[in-house]
Order: sequence, then structure tokens, then C-alpha cells
Amino acid sequence: MEEVAQNIETQEYFINMGPQHPSTHGVLRLMLTLDGEIIKKVEPHLGFIHRSIEKMCEKDSYQQVVHLTDRMDYLGCHINNEAVCLTVEKGLELEVPERVKVIRTIISELTRLSSHQLWWGVMGMDLGAITTFLYGFRDREMITDIFEETCGARLTMNYNVPGGLMFDIHPNFQNRTKQFLEHFKKKLPEYDELLTGNVIFTERTKGIGYLSKEDAISYGVTGPSGRASGFSCDVRKKNPYSAYDRVDFKEILFMEGDCFARYQARIAEMWESMKIIEQLIDNIPEGEYKAKTKAVIKLPPGEYYQRVETPRGELGVYIISDNKKNPYRVKFRSPGFSNLSALDKMARGFKIADLVAIMSTLDLVIPDIDR
Amino acid sequence: MGFSIYDFSDFINNIHAFLSETFSPVAGNIIGMVIVAACFLGFIALLGLSLVYIERKVCALFQQRLGPMRVGKWGTAQTVADIIKLIFKEPLMTKDSDKFLFNLAPFIVMIAPVMAISLIPFSKGLQAVDFDIGIFYIVAVSSIGVTGILLAGWSSNNKYSLIGAMRSGAQIVSYELSVILSLLTIVVLSGSLQLSVIVESQREGWWIFRGHIPAIIAFIIFIVASTAESNRGPFDMAEAESELTAGFHTEYSGIKFAYFFLAEYVNMFIIAAVGATIFFGGWMPLHIGNIEFFNNAMDLIPPVIWFFMKVSAIIFLLMWFKWTFPRLRIDQMLTLEWKYLLPLNIMNILLMSIVVLTDFHF
Amino acid sequence: MNNDDLKQKILTIVPSAEFTDPVYEFLNVTVLPADLRKLAEQFNSDPDLSFDYMFCLTGVDWVTHMMVVYHLYSTKNDHTVVMKVKIDDRENPEVETLCDIWKTAEFHEREVYDLFGIKFLNHPDLRRIFLEDDWVGYPMRKDYVDPVNIVEL
Repeated sequence: MEEVAQNIETQEYFINMGPQHPSTHGVLRLMLTLDGEIIKKVEPHLGFIHRSIEKMCEKDSYQQVVHLTDRMDYLGCHINNEAVCLTVEKGLELEVPERVKVIRTIISELTRLSSHQLWWGVMGMDLGAITTFLYGFRDREMITDIFEETCGARLTMNYNVPGGLMFDIHPNFQNRTKQFLEHFKKKLPEYDELLTGNVIFTERTKGIGYLSKEDAISYGVTGPSGRASGFSCDVRKKNPYSAYDRVDFKEILFMEGDCFARYQARIAEMWESMKIIEQLIDNIPEGEYKAKTKAVIKLPPGEYYQRVETPRGELGVYIISDNKKNPYRVKFRSPGFSNLSALDKMARGFKIADLVAIMSTLDLVIPDIDR
Repeated sequence: MGFSIYDFSDFINNIHAFLSETFSPVAGNIIGMVIVAACFLGFIALLGLSLVYIERKVCALFQQRLGPMRVGKWGTAQTVADIIKLIFKEPLMTKDSDKFLFNLAPFIVMIAPVMAISLIPFSKGLQAVDFDIGIFYIVAVSSIGVTGILLAGWSSNNKYSLIGAMRSGAQIVSYELSVILSLLTIVVLSGSLQLSVIVESQREGWWIFRGHIPAIIAFIIFIVASTAESNRGPFDMAEAESELTAGFHTEYSGIKFAYFFLAEYVNMFIIAAVGATIFFGGWMPLHIGNIEFFNNAMDLIPPVIWFFMKVSAIIFLLMWFKWTFPRLRIDQMLTLEWKYLLPLNIMNILLMSIVVLTDFHF
Repeated sequence: MNNDDLKQKILTIVPSAEFTDPVYEFLNVTVLPADLRKLAEQFNSDPDLSFDYMFCLTGVDWVTHMMVVYHLYSTKNDHTVVMKVKIDDRENPEVETLCDIWKTAEFHEREVYDLFGIKFLNHPDLRRIFLEDDWVGYPMRKDYVDPVNIVEL
């Protein structure tokens, strides 16, 4: 039989996945080399929404730089803002009030929750279960309402400024957040019921897109994707910032390194995020919501690097200052860019349908990759 | 008997006799055919419109939203508006596509369900054709549809379409077997391939109850396999919008796309109708043994209503599948068929044969 | 290892390495392109160092020279170092690739090549990653002019 199979000549062919494709989640173009349906090579072509944010930052003041970052990873915009603010505060050696730290942490975790909810919905949709998409958005709506009330925006929030927050939290903030937690604690098991326990879903994800721990480290795959391969890379634990040093939460680690592990890692992370918010929501210290800063911020000459944990992984902000009012060089080490580089490694030998599953478990956000 | 008042045989025969007398017998036959054809075309159009609307509403129910609400009362005119939109759209065509096959494919896809629908007994006497090899004919005709899908994928000159068509070919050819074998399980029980006879044989009770375990297994296999055969979720690999954009009909637009869309829904109706006829007694009301009172009460409900109630229930089940399950992968789907469903099916036929031989059914 | 031990260790590998005073927590070491490969290999393979995770790679245009900055972290030993390579040839900057040691460098080096024009020798697939293949110039350089897309205030 095998001899016969070998005698049939097959031809490899190219297929263009994207830039307009439903499951590339934006304008990512993948050149697939296929043998039948089996993937031989994946070659990502990037840059369809490259806006050269880093170059723009060189012209802007530090306050303006903050507002560019939420156009990178729009699902983790608060955390991106926070990263820049933390870097600038590091350079200014500015101690922000306790209240700011706690509020930043709560909103970061809410952002993470909303991002993971959207990911969960989209993940289900990529695998063909369209209903999950609407369930994910249904619960996310409550968080965006909370954001709208406090920050004034639903997606690109711009709540952080160097030195603190733009304004204080809305009086309803604590109540509504608690209401949301109450609601979501009932809904998260429903998520499990719909996908995690489903035979088709587990068949589609278990053993698919394996990434070893060594490869995860070498490719720099961070965030839930890296932790699902056993790479302990949670910046919140390793280099705690804001109020993460005073809350009790687990770093989610899975050893399997397949799509199902990445899925489980994110679901478990949602529980941890809720735990963090619960610990802080009743203990927001009184005080100022903003430290006093000068109108024109000038960082002392030098290099500043700050890492934060976005929903997708480790975001690094590297600022070089030459004592001017705008930075000399800003580099954003975006998590999606590194995560994407491992796609070829993970997808080889699997089928087109698996590639979709792998991509959605990597949770790519294209503006974050292209910047 | 209650349902003799709902018997359409005399009515149909009278019309036929009237036509034959008024015109020559040949012309009467032809006019009769034209009338039947017109009825079916109208019915299919109505079916497509209402099923699309129902699908959207059912989908909305599962997704905790309202569904179409703007056009007409509760959005009832939404599908009409959609059809009007599709008719006025430009029929696009790719540059290097095979024009003839590209235009032919939607018709072939549409022909198969139209041919199959003529055999469905809607009520006593309300059946266009009643072949004695009815089930065999339906199964044979419904597999013509795959040719259309393969042609559509091939002639579009698009790799996504081609992959979709190939998947669809592999899928339909393999799941056909399970559909046939699961229907044969009941044929063993009823002893006939003729649909009207099968319905009539369920006067004392529907086969799914009377055939107990093997019949229930056969029904489950039938539902799974026919969902796969009609390319509906969770077996919609041929379309797989998240992988292949839209599979075999990626390049189709306007009214040609509407044909594919319509064919899917008519196919769904046929599956539900065949399932209802074979397993749930078609238009036969629910009868339990010799409980006269109950049986007579059930007979008061017109058979057409019974038929459509059963069909709606099965269609709802199919929609439930689609909006709940994730999609399978192509190799998993073929594994499911060749390694699980088919052996199970053959065993089931053996079991049913033993049941029939030992008279172990009700 | 703390920063002082790291410093000693690096000096035994590359005696000519320069250290800048750490403005912030990481140790900064600057080497010449010729020494880069040797240092990088030692960084990765030496069990005392074993920097296995490159969390950032970027280029900097210092107008007088170009620089590639590698941020390295060891998941085993939990220490961080910032390795910088100074390239004096600004017109045609070249440096050895490190993408066989840290695979994440493959994409990041393409990005640096795309935006700064620094060539990475022996890189398996050195093409522009964000911009089109026929783009003229390297936008992140300080002397890049683009009258259409860059608005001077």
C-alpha cells in the first residue's frame, strides 16, 4: 500500500491566507505552502497596518506617546498605556500614590478579562461554533460599560497619564465591578460547558500546535501561550509593578504546550484576574489620583526599560532619552510579534483547520504586531 | 376513521380525471405535471424564505439576541429583502474561471433537492410521484448535488474553492453510505422501499418506537450522517468560513449564490422530511396500540400538520447542532464515518434483522 | 549572578568589552561587531550565564554610529544583561546574525533591517518585514526624510 502511495506524484502549492480572511483577525497575510491540506510552511507577511508608531513617538512629548500605545494592542490598551507611564515614572523617579497603583491594577485586570472574553468568543468562532462569539461579547459588554463610565471610552481608553490617572474613578465603579464579578462567576462555568467539555472541541485542540518549553523560550513566546508550554514568564510575578506585589494570585502553568493547554491557561487566567480584582476592589486607598508632574516632562539622559504583562504576553517599553521633551528612541517589544514568529514552527505538519486553531490560541492582534 | 376526511387521494384523482376529460389524456397528464411543478417551485421558494427566517430566529434564540426585527413585523420580510438584494447584485465571475461549468453548477446543486422533494408524502395522496423504489431513488438523486459542488469548486479557479469542493466530495461520498444503511435498517423492518407503504406500515405506531433499540441507533446515525451530507455544521467543512472563507461558493455572488443558499435549506428540509417519514411515520398521527380514544383524538389533527410538526422538530434539531458545536476537521470527520458509524451501522442492520426474524418488535 | 560577577565573566570572554554605568537595573555591555558572535555563543551555552530568553532586540541610530541592542534574560539563573553592539560604518552597517541562537531574533532582525538598514550576515531570510520590498531608505534612521508621510511640526 505504501509503495502505491509513494508512486502518486503530489505537488506542493501556495495559498494566500489573508490579508482579507476571516480568521487572521485583521490584516495578516500568511503564505501557506501546502501538500494537499497538510501545511509544509507558513510564511507571515506583515506590515499592512504598520504605522511606524515608534517613529511617531520620536516627535511626540511623553504625554502624547501614551496615547499612541493604545492603538497597538487595542484589546489591552490600558496595560499598554500603563507600560509607558511606568517607564516615564521610572525615569523621573516618581512615586505614584497608592490609590493610583491599585486602580491601575484593577483596570488592568478588567482589561485582561475583557480581552480574554473576546478571545474566547473568537476562538470558538474560528473552530466553527459561532454562538461562543456572541456569548463572549455579551459578557464583555459589562466591562466596556464600566470603562465607559470611568474612562470615557470603551475601547481605546487613555486613562493613564505619566504620574497617575487622568481623573478619579466614577462613584459607581466599585459597585458595578462587583456586580460584574458576581455575574461573570456564573457565566465562566457556562463557557467551560460550551467548549471545554465538548468532544469535538477537545479533539480539535488536544495535541495540536505543540510548542516545547525550549522553543517557547527561544522564540520568546510569552503570555498565556508561553505559560501553556511551561515557560514561567508572568511579569506580574517576576517583576511586580503597580499593586501586583501585594495581591495573592497563581501563575498559571501548563506543560502540554498544545492548543488545549493554551486555551485552558487563558480560562484559568480569567479566574486569577477575578481573584485579583476581588482582593483590591474594596481596598482602594484614599488619596490623590495623580502625582504632581511638570507640564513638560523631560527624562534624564539614559535608557529605561519596563516590562508589563498584557493579555497576550510581555510588552516591553524601551525608551532612550537625551534630555529633550521628546524621547530619542522608543521601542515597543510587542508580545504578538514574537508569538507570531513561532507560528511556522507550531503549524508545520498540521492541516489548514489546525492552523486556524493555532492562530486563535496565540491570540494575535495585528496592530500589536505591525505597530 | 378520522383521517379519511383529510385524504387527498380522491381530490387529486378528481383533478386528474377532470384534466383528462377536458383535454386529451396526454395533454391532461402534461398539464397535471405543469401544475405540480408550479406548486413545487412555489413551495420551494416559500420553503427557502421561511427556513432562512427560522434559521435566523433559532440562531438568535441560542445566541441570546433577537435576530432580524426591522423589516416587517418581527423581521418577517427580512429574507424577502435579502432575496431582492441578491437578485439585483452583479453576478461576478473570476477571470480564468470555466464559464460554462461555473454557471451550470448552481443549477445542478438545485436540481437534486427538487427531484428528491417530489417523492415526499406530505399527506395521504398528497405525493407527486410514488415509486416503489422510493428510498433508493431519493438517495440516488440527492447524491447528484455533490457533482454541482465539485463543479463549482473546480470551475471557480480558486484554491479555496477547490479545497472546499474536494472536502465536500470526500465527505458526501462517505456519509452517503451511512445514510443509506441507516434507512435500510428501517426498510428491513417495513419490508418496502415505497414511501407510501412505509408510512402506511406505521399505522399502529412509529418505527422509532416499534423498532426500539436498533431503530433509535439508526435514527441517531441518520441524523449525524445526513447533517454531514447536507454540508451543515458541525460538518460544514466544505464552507468552513473560518478556514476557507466560504469554500466552494467563495466566487459566487448574486442570484447564483442564492441558489446554493436555497439548495442548502431545501436539502435540510428533505433530510427532515425523509427522517420524519421513515422513523416518525410521516403524516401518520401518533397512534399507541389499540387505545381507540387516544388514536381517534390524534386523528383529528390533519396529517399535513403532523408531517410539518415532525419535520419542524427535526429541522430544529439540525439547527441546534449547527449553532452549538464547533466544526470537525476533515480527517476526524472521515474517521468518524469509516471507523465508527459504518461498522456500527452494519452491526445495527444485523441486529435489526435478528429483531425482525424473531419478531421482537412491537 | 549579580551584575559585578557578570561583568567579570564577560571580561574573561571579551576583554575589550565596555560597560556603561547602569542607569537602571540591567547591566549594559557594549562590544564590537567582531566580538558579538563569540560573546553571544558564550552567553547562551555557558551554564553560569545561560541567557536563553532574548526579550528584546532593537536598533538605535546614534547619528555617529549605529547600534543593535539585545536584551537577554536567563530563565535558569534569573539575571539580565543588555548586550549592545556598536557599528561604526553607518553607510553599510553589518553584523552577524544571532537567529540560530535565539530564534526570536529572526523576526526582530528583519525588523531592524527593515527600519534601520542594518544587515545581518548569514540571516536565513533577510527581507523587509513591514515595508514593501521596493521601499527606498530606512525610516527609523534619524536622517530619513519623507516629505509626504512625515509631517514636521
